[in-house]
Amino acid sequence: MALQKERNLMAVIGDEDSVTGLLLAGIGHTDSKQQSNFLVVDAKTPLAKIEETFEGFTLRKDIAIILVNQHIAEMIRPMIDEYHQAFPTILEIPSKDHPYDPAKDSVLKRISKLFGDS
Amino acid sequence: MSGTNAKFNIFPTRMALTTMKNRYKGAVTGHSLLKRKSEALTRRFRDIVSKIDQAKRKMGKILQIASFSYAEVKYSTGDIGFQIRESAKLAQLKVKARQENVSGVMLPAFDMIVDGQNAFELTGLGRGGQQIQKCKDTYQKAIQVLIELASLQTAFVILDEVIKVTNRRVNAIEHVIMPKIDNTIKFITSELDEGDREEFFRLKKVQGKKKERIAVEEQKRLALGVPVAATGDATAGNNLFAEFEQDPDVMF
Repeated sequence: MALQKERNLMAVIGDEDSVTGLLLAGIGHTDSKQQSNFLVVDAKTPLAKIEETFEGFTLRKDIAIILVNQHIAEMIRPMIDEYHQAFPTILEIPSKDHPYDPAKDSVLKRISKLFGDS
Repeated sequence: MSGTNAKFNIFPTRMALTTMKNRYKGAVTGHSLLKRKSEALTRRFRDIVSKIDQAKRKMGKILQIASFSYAEVKYSTGDIGFQIRESAKLAQLKVKARQENVSGVMLPAFDMIVDGQNAFELTGLGRGGQQIQKCKDTYQKAIQVLIELASLQTAFVILDEVIKVTNRRVNAIEHVIMPKIDNTIKFITSELDEGDREEFFRLKKVQGKKKERIAVEEQKRLALGVPVAATGDATAGNNLFAEFEQDPDVMF
């Protein structure tokens, strides 16, 4: 397995507040080709753009973790459920208006499928 | 799949039998080793799963706190969202992946690295600077938790894959390879036994035939020998050669 030394960025797809907060902490990055590692999603953002950005992030070699607000993850749920790569990891995070719901989390769903009712 | 009668196509010799027996031993050892590996990995897997569960709940809580602190910032400084988004040029918080060896599997683990100086140091100098700093710290702590969670999750995905592969190999050995070798051993043994029986039978038959021939010749000799004994002992020795005198000379 490759050592993934070049993977060191954290990407965000979220609503305005979540993205701003995380950017404030310092994970925002814009490279020389004007590609950024974050996407603000509001009511007007088309689903296609979200899917396209998500796809783009998963194919980039410098992103290690993708943070997605849970309510946005719901919108692209089929894509996330089909996602089985080890890198980059996809983490679903809650937002201000949508508290964290473990029942909807893709990874937790896989776990419960593996272990049945335990 | 040819069912349970599959065997290797080799010529049944004793050497082949020894080879097959060694292979069987090898398969048994390999099977038990792989099984143990699978069990160790599964134990590690369950461990990670419970950790992920805990970490996710922790993450939910800490991000909630971070959201509140951001709301405070908005209250005191106004909306600086646009400003922050525009000035995000180089990431200060990055992650570094390192490899951990877990029962033979290289699992990645992420570490947070702070690269470069604190951007946004000058943000909010006008007003609300303290709130902004607090918010920044809270979010950085949240990101720490998120990075740990990401490590656990990648480990989970990779382990899942490896466990599936190992279990597939265990089952393959148990249900395909070992029966095949077993059948081959039985086949060779039965062939060798049959050969032995044939040999034995042949030997017995030849012995039987030899005995018969000796019996017949004994009869002939007795028949010839009896009249000689009646004529006298002096010529008895000569008549030992009587039967051979009729033999033609051997020509090479």
